[in-house]
Order: sequence, then structure tokens, then C-alpha cells
Amino acid sequence: MANELGASATRAHATRNGIFEFVRKRAGITGLFLVLLLLALTASLISEAFLNPFNLVNVLRQVALYGIVSIGLTFVILTAGIDLSVGSIVAVVSVVTATLLNAGLGVPVVILAGLGLGLLFGLINGIGITLVRIPPFIMTLGTMVILRGLALTLADGRPIDVANSAADFAWIGRGSAFGLPVAVWIFIVVAVFSLFILRFTPFGRNVYAVGSNAEAAHLSGINVELTKIGVYSISGFLAALTALIFVSRLTVGEPTAGTGLELEAIAIAVIGGTSLFGGQGGVLGTVIGAAILAILANIMNLIGISPFTQQMVKGAIIIIAVSMEVFRRRR
Amino acid sequence: MMATQSASALSMTNITKRFPGVTALDGVNISLDRGEVLALVGENGAGKSTLMKILSGAYKADEGEISLFGTRVDYTSPLLMMRMGVAIIYQELLLAPHLTVAENIYLGRMPRTPLGTIDWAKARADAGAIIERLGFDIDPTTTVETLSVAYRQIVEIAKALSQNAKILVLDEPSAVLGDAELEKLFAIIRRLSSEGMSFIYISHRLEEVFAISNRTQVMRDGKVVGVKATKELDRNELVRMMVGRELSDVYPSRQSSAGETLLEVAGLSNRVLKDASIYVREGEIVGVCGLAGAGRSELLRAIAGADEARASHFNGLGFRSLFSSPRKGLSRRVGLVPEDRRKQGLFVDQSVGFNISIAKLSNATTGGVLAGPKEKELAQRYMSRLRIKTPNKDEIVGNLSGGNQQKCVLAKLLNAECRVLLIDEPTRGVDIGAKREIYQVLADLADRECVGIVMVSSELPEIIGLCDRTYVMRNGEVVQELSREAMTEERIMMAATGSEMVEA
Repeated sequence: MANELGASATRAHATRNGIFEFVRKRAGITGLFLVLLLLALTASLISEAFLNPFNLVNVLRQVALYGIVSIGLTFVILTAGIDLSVGSIVAVVSVVTATLLNAGLGVPVVILAGLGLGLLFGLINGIGITLVRIPPFIMTLGTMVILRGLALTLADGRPIDVANSAADFAWIGRGSAFGLPVAVWIFIVVAVFSLFILRFTPFGRNVYAVGSNAEAAHLSGINVELTKIGVYSISGFLAALTALIFVSRLTVGEPTAGTGLELEAIAIAVIGGTSLFGGQGGVLGTVIGAAILAILANIMNLIGISPFTQQMVKGAIIIIAVSMEVFRRRR
Repeated sequence: MMATQSASALSMTNITKRFPGVTALDGVNISLDRGEVLALVGENGAGKSTLMKILSGAYKADEGEISLFGTRVDYTSPLLMMRMGVAIIYQELLLAPHLTVAENIYLGRMPRTPLGTIDWAKARADAGAIIERLGFDIDPTTTVETLSVAYRQIVEIAKALSQNAKILVLDEPSAVLGDAELEKLFAIIRRLSSEGMSFIYISHRLEEVFAISNRTQVMRDGKVVGVKATKELDRNELVRMMVGRELSDVYPSRQSSAGETLLEVAGLSNRVLKDASIYVREGEIVGVCGLAGAGRSELLRAIAGADEARASHFNGLGFRSLFSSPRKGLSRRVGLVPEDRRKQGLFVDQSVGFNISIAKLSNATTGGVLAGPKEKELAQRYMSRLRIKTPNKDEIVGNLSGGNQQKCVLAKLLNAECRVLLIDEPTRGVDIGAKREIYQVLADLADRECVGIVMVSSELPEIIGLCDRTYVMRNGEVVQELSREAMTEERIMMAATGSEMVEA
């Protein structure tokens, strides 16, 4: 009886403060969104060029390109893992798709081959980490180096030109639809789909469970190995998707493409509030994180800060973002 | 005061320690003379560890006084107590496995050369000398991981000696030692005590108490229930003092109506278990007792599929071979509530709803997609059925009390529709009110829903108050089965310590 009274009182309390409660529970995301708004406001004040539609589309394109890989990393980091090989996967897939296009294969075949290759590399990472029990950092460090070498070997160290590729392939990276670049649409689809998987499917739930407590997940009957293999496969797949956009946009298959991309992607996921300890965070934060980093880079470009100096700022932001998380955990 | 000439090594008077909701120690006195070996005995939760943590400086007493060698100690800290000569050797040894014996002994205090570099020769020579004084021959340059557990214990003692310890507390040293190794340890204790070192020896095993101690102090429920010269004690009196509690009304009444056998296993063996056989029937609560390290948790884990094992016979709800993983077990509706709730049972940083639904998400989905209302309904069903006290299903589980956390683990397995529950320490770290509720839940599950429950517990009253039968384990073997009528704490203790076999 007393229990019921208590419950109904809590319910009344919840409705009364519904909006505050909603915001309080999502304090992390709300805060992140405020940072983004503040940054956009600052950018428009600093430079008139920021709000120029061409510039905004450029920023969005940037968000899309880094965002896709970062979403893959988000899956991995949610399981308390890490994937350092994404940049190298981008390189191999770039080189292979460029070669296949030049060989005159049909665009759908090339796309499928590229995506399949990324999936395969992710699968190999996942199998090494689960069945052989190699720590994720070491396994993906190994594949990062191997795949970079593979890309350079396949391309003989030189960019592979695909200037004469089919128009429908060029559409992926350069085309636009409903006023936005196709790449941005691809990003939106990936984000929505990933959000759905993480929030509304048993697989997504298991991803959080594995990252939150792998031992408890195992004892709760969750297939920890399969879940991990799944997230590394997703990461590999999304890296391949990024490679396709790269090749299409730049009309060249670069064996050095994606160098340092893994660090950028990890930074974005972490700034977006995904915990490196696993189990906390999500796609929404990663999307905002990608936007924050893109706008920041854009501001620095607009006011003429050199790319070299920009690296220092980015590094500092990563450290600040992680120390904020550590601080939050300690409380 | 002639402090240094005092015959008293330690005296703690009127020590009281309260934790939120619990008085762990209530006016406890303990005294220790130079060269004396005091056995400190009592059941789990009697307050022995809390008392020793106060002595080590890890906890501070709320009330009471501590004197060391006749000098009153007003302020305690681990470092200070160590400097004053108190050393505690815990069950799980705190050595660095990859370092050498000498490095471990002088960890953080390595002798230096005049140049400030480490004086390896001196470290080795000094370490060797201490070990020799203990009557052992261990090469100071071997790494600790290559030593047996007994030798590691010697290294711990050597480390304490190198710190000029004068009072040595041994916390259940025998749990990890064989008989021959124990004899060696006793030899060291006798030698060092004859040189004036004082010992507090914590143990469950009565024969050790009789073999080594001069005096025995018994604790129960945070109080001292008796102190006597060991040679004036007899075994039965000691057991009665340790146990001696009346069954109170915290236990629900049970209706024993065991049905068909749900799960049986025979000849279960692995690195810990030796040929263990048990069974559980519908509507039955079966206890598993034994001392720490007897293989109780391992028994449950092996049956649940969490540890590797082999068995000569297995039948778990029609499944004929041991479960190869907990997933297999759960799919056959056999679930484990593990010993360490926060590390093994819960997703501490996730919500109550998350924890309840995770082991069988298909109960919260429509067409493979998690459905909010369905998940909410599911969470609320278990929240009210198990009376989980939480503001709502979105509360983070880590914010709930121990009892409510344990109920969440139970709810998780009930959602997985388990017919057999293997529960390791159902009420560890749970306050008395929540204990009663958990007992009621377990009784209801058995009596109303015909679930078969196997529960491991270190609290004998819990076993006797709740179980229809109990198994007693020792050294990985199931050594006795006691019916409800035959269950007494004395009998269980006798079987668990192997002091003498009692007719069942």
C-alpha cells in the first residue's frame, strides 16, 4: 500500500517536472548540443563566410565523411574495444575499387566488392579479438599496418587515377539530391539506421551489455564473441563506405587515403560522449561530435590558422573531452 | 610508563564501528600478549575482518581505544600501523607475481648504493638471511609466480619481518594450504612466537585453532562471545559459541512438496571439484555449505556452464550433457546468480529495465524490434513482483541498495524463465530487512512456482531456515547430505571442517 502511494507520488512528480526530467536524464547530449550551437554562433560572428551556403554544405560534407567512420567506431567503443585499422581499410578499399573501375567492371559490382572487402577486414579483426583473444588495440594495430602495406603494394605506391569512371559512380561523391550532397544523405541514412540498431534491436542492447560488463553479459547468456565480431564488421563496412565516397569525390584511388582517420574518428566518438570504458554513449553524440569538430576546423580555416596548428587544437580537445569523462566517472 | 617493557603487545578496548544500517562491531575488546598466539574465530559476518581492518588502519573505529606495547594510539593509518609493527597477511596474497622474492620483500624500500642506484647484492643477501631465519630455503632471485602458494606465504611473512613487524595477523592462511604446508607454517609461528612475536590467527578450521593457539576468542554478530585458554576449550563448546544463535522469525514458513527431479548431476569434476553429485527437484530449496575454498561456487558455476567440467551423468530438464556455456544453460532454463553481484551479475551503469530484460530480450520485442511499452510492462511486472524499490525502471542499477540490486539479478533470471536457479550467496551485503524479503521471494518461487533452487551460503542460519536439504562440501567433494530434520549448525560445521563424521 505504502509502496503504491509512493509510486503514484513519484509519477505525479515526474509529470510535473516532465521537461526538466527529460533534459536532466539527457544532460550529456543536451550539453553537447549547446556546445555545438554556441560554436556555430561564434563561427557566424567571427566570419561572415561561415553562413554562406557553399561553406555550410562544405562543413556538412566534412561531417558526413568523418561521421560515417566515427559511427562504426562508436559501435566498437561501446563494447569497450577499439579499431585502429579503419584508415587502412579505407586505403585498401580505395585502391581496389579504383582498380576494378579501371578494369571496366559495372558500378554495382564495384560497390559490392568494396563494401564486401571492408566487411571481410572487420570480420578478421573480430575473429582475432574473440577467438584468438588478441587485445583489440594490438589486433587492429596489426591490421592497420598490414592493410596500409597492402594498399601501397597493390597500387605500387602511386595514386590510381579513375578520371574516366562512369557517371553513376561519380554521383556518390559529387552528386547532390534535394539540395544536399549525396554523401550527406548517405551519412544521414547510416546515422538513422545505426541509431535504430543500437536503441531498438537485441543486438544493439547486447553491444551495451558487453561493454558495460562482459562477464555479466556472458553469464546472462549473451553471445559476447558474436556481438564483438558484429561491431568490428560494422566498423569495417562503414570504413569501406567512406572509401567509396573518397574515390568517387577525388576520382583517384589513393594508397595513402585515410591516414590518421582512425584517430579523428576515435576523437569524434569520445567528444560525442561515448565512453572508452564501454557501455555508455551512442550515435546521437557521435553525430554532434562530428559536427563540433567540423565546425571547429572550419572556423580555424576561415580565420587562417594553419593546418599544423589545427592539429594541436584538436589534440587538446581530445584530452579535455576525455578528462571531462574521467571526472564525471569519479563523482 | 615503561612502554617498551610492557608484556602487552596489543589491547583494543570497547571498539565500536557502525556502517550505514549495520553495527559491525559493538564494544569489542581484544588483547594480545608478547609471544602469544591468539585464535580469532567466528562465522562470516561476525566482525573479525572489520576488527582487523581497524587494527591495520584501513578503517577507523567510531569509538574505542587502541594501545600498542602499552602506548595509546590516537590516530591510525595503514602506514602508521605498519611502522608500529602491525602486519596483516591476507588470504589473497598481495605480492607482485613477476618480480623476484627479494624485490617483493623490499618493494618500495629497495636498499640503495651510495650512488643512489639499487643495491641488488644487499637486497639479495638480506632477503636470503630473513628467509633462512624462517627455516626455509628459497632463492631470493626466483620470481614469485614460480613459487607454490605456501612459499608465497613465506615470502609475505619474510616481508613483514623485514618491516620489523611485531604483531602478525594471519587471515585464514590455511584456506590455500595443504596439510604439509600448514605444518611448516605452524613451525614458523612457533619459532617466531618463542622469539617474542605475537600472532592473531583467523581460521574456520577448529583443529588448527587447537593445534596452534594459546588462547581463543570467539566473535558473533559484532560482539565477543567468549575468550578462553585454548586448552580449557572443547570442540563442541567452541562450535556452540560460534553458532549459538536462535532461529528468528526472518525465515518464511515453507511447504515442502518436492516434485519431479529437475536437474541431477553425478561425478562432476574439474580442477576444483572431485566427483560431486547433487540433484534438485521441483519446488525444492537445496543448500550447499562448506568453508571458503571448499568448491561451493565452483559447483554452481560448473552446473551453469560457466566453468569447464566433466560429469559421469547429467540431466538438466531433459538435456543430457553438461552445458557448454551459460547461454546453453539459460536456453534450458537453468540460471546462475553469481557470487559477486556487481562484477558478475549486474550491468551496474545501466538501468533497472535494461538489467531485467537483458537475458531474454525476445520477451520485450515485437517482430524482433524492442518495443518500449512491452519492455516497460515487463520491467514493472518484476519490479512489483519482487518489490524492487526504485523510482522507476530508468534508474541506474548502481544507485539501488544491495538488496534491490540482488532482486534485479533474480528478476533477470525470472525473465529468462528459469526453472532451476543456482544462487551463490543470495544475501551477501544485504541488510536484514531486504534479506527477509529475498527469503520470501525464494520461498514463493519454490512453493508457488515449483522452481528448483540450489543456494550456496556461508550463513548457516540461512541454510537451516530456508532449505529442504543441504549438501556439505569439503576440498571439492560433496561429503554429506543432510535432510531438513538432520540439519543443525553443529553437524554442518563438523562435516565442513571434517573434524568427525556425524551420522546423518
